[in-house]
Amino acid sequence: MTSTESTDVLIVGSGFGGAIAAYHLAAGGAKVVVLERGPWLEGKDFEHDFLLGSSYTRIFDFVVGDGMSLLGGNCVGGGSVVYFAAMPRAPRFVFERKGGIGRRMWPGAISRDTLDPWYDKVSEALPVTKQDWNDVSYAGGLFAAACNHAGRTANPVPVAIDKALCTNCNWMMAGCRFDAKRSLLLNYLPAAVANGAQIRPMHEVQKLVRTEDGGYRVSYNVIHDVDYRVAVDSGQIDAKIVILAAGAGATPVILQRSADTLGEMPDAVGKYFSGNGERLNTAVIDEDKARDLLGLSREDGLSYAANQIGKGPVVASWDDLDGSLPEHSRFSLEQLYFPPGFGTILAQVPDATGPTWFGTEKKELVEQWQSWLTIFSMTEDDNEGVFGTPPPTGNAYRISQQMLGRGPITYRPTANTLFGWEQSDAEVKRIMEKDGLSKVMPWTNDVVGAYTVHPLASCRIGDDPATSALDDRHELRGHPGIFVTDGSAVPGALTVNPALTIAALAERAMPGIVQALRERGVDVTYGAPSPDGETNGRKGVAAQVRSLARD
Amino acid sequence: MLPDNHTMTLEAFADTIVPGEKRSPDDRAIAGAAAGDGAVVAGAVALLLTPAAGVAEGLESLMNMLDNHAREYARERGVELDGSVPPFVSLPFEDRTNLVARLVAPGHPEKDGWVALALFSNMAFDTGAHMPTHEAIAAGHPGLTAMKFANPDADGLWRFPAYSYRRQLSALHPHTTPSGSPE
Ligand SMILES: Cc1cc2nc3c(=O)[nH]c(=O)nc-3n(C[C@H](O)[C@H](O)[C@H](O)COP(=O)(O)OP(=O)(O)OC[C@H]3O[C@@H](n4cnc5c(N)ncnc54)[C@H](O)[C@@H]3O)c2cc1C
Repeated sequence: MTSTESTDVLIVGSGFGGAIAAYHLAAGGAKVVVLERGPWLEGKDFEHDFLLGSSYTRIFDFVVGDGMSLLGGNCVGGGSVVYFAAMPRAPRFVFERKGGIGRRMWPGAISRDTLDPWYDKVSEALPVTKQDWNDVSYAGGLFAAACNHAGRTANPVPVAIDKALCTNCNWMMAGCRFDAKRSLLLNYLPAAVANGAQIRPMHEVQKLVRTEDGGYRVSYNVIHDVDYRVAVDSGQIDAKIVILAAGAGATPVILQRSADTLGEMPDAVGKYFSGNGERLNTAVIDEDKARDLLGLSREDGLSYAANQIGKGPVVASWDDLDGSLPEHSRFSLEQLYFPPGFGTILAQVPDATGPTWFGTEKKELVEQWQSWLTIFSMTEDDNEGVFGTPPPTGNAYRISQQMLGRGPITYRPTANTLFGWEQSDAEVKRIMEKDGLSKVMPWTNDVVGAYTVHPLASCRIGDDPATSALDDRHELRGHPGIFVTDGSAVPGALTVNPALTIAALAERAMPGIVQALRERGVDVTYGAPSPDGETNGRKGVAAQVRSLARD
Repeated sequence: MLPDNHTMTLEAFADTIVPGEKRSPDDRAIAGAAAGDGAVVAGAVALLLTPAAGVAEGLESLMNMLDNHAREYARERGVELDGSVPPFVSLPFEDRTNLVARLVAPGHPEKDGWVALALFSNMAFDTGAHMPTHEAIAAGHPGLTAMKFANPDADGLWRFPAYSYRRQLSALHPHTTPSGSPE
């Protein structure tokens, strides 16, 4: 009989939830293994290329469900490698949301005030910095000017981008070639490795089994380098503690697949999924109006025609983030860039006489692509996503060699969600069509359903066992030693980009996980500084650490 | 490789998604419904046939299904089919469009397959994903050219040194916190 490899901590996935855990636990002295289903690429490997099989498709995941499609990372660093690095904090009222459950969705211990020190800690680590107007791309500037013209405010958003290195190439989704984007490849992950954590790319976790000593045996497939539909090997690792951080589209699927061996799952595993209320609108700018109404002109004399230039979302408008308004009527708007492909297919023709998303009129729309401005709405949805029967492996039936698959999620937007989308669409239209500045249409939900780059809440924290899978220390109810630290733990839509909140919650979960390891005889301590050695963040959270490490 | 009749049907489908000019006066697959090249010349068939896309194996049966749908549609609408080309190719552009709109509509039992074909047809035009992008641009790829996708620098990477209006264009939200976030 061959002996199974063993470790103190087995982490599934290397995005925000996984990387933060890997660093803190390795730095604290635990033996840490991270299994990541995607490849391990870095700066020089990131190509500016749409070719299938280039870095773009190797590191990206697009899962089409029933009524909802999920976009995410598929690589070491997870979503931080493909994301746009807009890093605002969630507004205060978000933590008071009740959603559909008639009581506060968030654990009593968490509010904006108690999360702020954790936000500070992550902001120090990545780091997250403020932008000024000189950093704002033409697209962001145009959106700000349009907001101003419509009587609104607009802010450059805080970002995890090193401005000095950024070339405004807008290839962020293919990974940052210039190391300007402060992905996890540049902070938590190298610091985890320096402290002895092992990261194994192309290892996709399938299932968990409980072992006799109270730990868990984790089984994985080793995925083919090019054809991700193929497993070239498989194996198992025993761990005292398992941390699931495969993302909100994958974590619940692993747990559901393991229910027959682990025993009954909390009811909320694979339920309450939120797409962060996401919605996109594309405006086609009248270039003359951009000049005449908004007074915009570029160095080269054009007024705008700059859709391709920039660094994702740089300006947001927060006037509707008003806690005194009822739930489902609050939202933020952000200018955004999606590259052609994802960014063009679902855009609809204003005033179409035929099909709205394909055909002759769509082609004419695409020909005006440089004058497009895409506006991203983050509203409050109703946590209505549900995961059905898990596919045999991974979180989807893979169709293409890379990137494209069909997943088990079902999402039927409720009247509340539809109301949020209608309100935000109407406001986008008001801003962008004022005085003929542009023509606007929301993206269609008829093709791949609704869509989200912000999957959340499918295995969430909370105080109510009936509607939350995790307690407020992120431990899976009824399954001691399994923790979830990724976006699935966030209780619901945030009305802003979620990564900073996901990361802050992961940071906040660490003292409790250290405590759980100690209870299992692992000699580990909590209190590592920031990956680069700064200690202000650590000081800021000190007051909360003791209560988080309680039994 | 697909048999010729299926290639024609597939081209006609891709041309319905992103229409283009006929390649020659006797081109039947491309309906000629729009000025400039469309998805077909942009490389839709090549993209759909790449192993990377993962849909090549299903194409023959999808093309049979599409031609069957076209026959049914023609019967229903009283459209005369010309037996010298596959039924879908024989449909006028407007009818191709109506039929495809039905197939990709929410609720159609085969929607997934048709949407996949539509997505790749679109992608062929909007990104030329079957070939390296710098080669596509150098070769005057129809979609990237039509979109005025900028040229990269000599090293094949994009950089935009001029990118900002460099001035404040709106008031900030009054409750912005010191970290730059909403309150
Ligand atoms: C295009 C795009 C732009 C975005 N822009 C922003 C933005 O500007 N601001 C913002 O706040 N957020 C943004 N996001 C969202 C952000 O990236 C995510 O919210 C965040 O990465 C989620 O973190 P996570 O820890 O939940 O999971 P992820 O970062 O998704 O990490 C999960 C990891 O687990 C791996 N994995 C999955 N299944 C398995 C398995 N079975 N075995 C092993 N490994 C597995 C995945 O490959 C992945 O690496 C964007 C997302 C996308 C796709």
